[in-house]
Amino acid sequence: MASVIPRKEEKLLDVKIGELPSWILTQDFTPNGIAGAFQRGYYQYYNKYVSVKKGSFTGLSTVLAAYMLFNYCCSYKEFEHEWPRKYH
Amino acid sequence: MNENLFTPFTIPMMLDIPITTLIIMFPTMLFPTPNQLINNRMITIQQWLTKLTSKQLMNTHNPKGQTWSLMFISLFLFITSTNLLGMLPHSFTPTAQLSMNLGMAIPLWAGTVVMGFRNKTKISLAHLLPLGTPTFLIPMLVMIETISLFIQPLALAVRLTANITAGHLLLHLIGSATLALVNISLFTALITFTILTLLTILEFAVALIQAYVFTLLVSLYLQDNT
Repeated sequence: MASVIPRKEEKLLDVKIGELPSWILTQDFTPNGIAGAFQRGYYQYYNKYVSVKKGSFTGLSTVLAAYMLFNYCCSYKEFEHEWPRKYH
Repeated sequence: MNENLFTPFTIPMMLDIPITTLIIMFPTMLFPTPNQLINNRMITIQQWLTKLTSKQLMNTHNPKGQTWSLMFISLFLFITSTNLLGMLPHSFTPTAQLSMNLGMAIPLWAGTVVMGFRNKTKISLAHLLPLGTPTFLIPMLVMIETISLFIQPLALAVRLTANITAGHLLLHLIGSATLALVNISLFTALITFTILTLLTILEFAVALIQAYVFTLLVSLYLQDNT
């Protein structure tokens, strides 16, 4: 049941849901730790999808689509009124 | 209708916290640093474009003016990337805010003017009077040229703001008009085509950056050379 890799270095997508609270407790929430987490996340995506020998447009377009989705979520309240409805 | 028109230009909030800084820093994620001689395709394309642009921009300067090339290229890349990212639906364009453009225009213009006045005072002052004016016109012309000099940063900032804001507003208006006219299908095709053309023309927001950096460049050029 216990994982073979030391708990701290396991990636989030590899952690099982039951082990999630203990994983969160081992994580580093100092500013340096958070910056490190963002840096690691960025380079994980970059090295897997962009910095490959035959990288294509999909590496970049996924990021842009995620950005678009993020902006959609942030401004949802403002165009909730604009949906075509019988009674507003 | 009134409120809906300008809501794309409000400061983006996430859980009532303004995230403007995050959105301004987002384009940096799209320009990774090259760390090898031969990099991946994305970096190679960006390097090629940057080289093309920098040669085009800086080849009219003397060596002293070329020390500003890093500043100009980063300005160009920033404005291009923010404008192009603003073309995505629902995204926020930082360069549509006058405050930000003034913050870019005024320090850069002031830097060039101050540099010109410190290093070549006589020539900078001489620029205030065009060549060959009749003697009795000199006072008035000096005043006019001073005013035109001081209007330069305002013009730089307002030009960028107005173009981006107007373009976005037009797209919103025409888009909502198309939606409203869908039931009356005669005009729908025409208006959708107008949207398409306008979108393409707005892609030439990139040309606006050219205008921005070029005017800045002209100012620096005038101060450093003769």
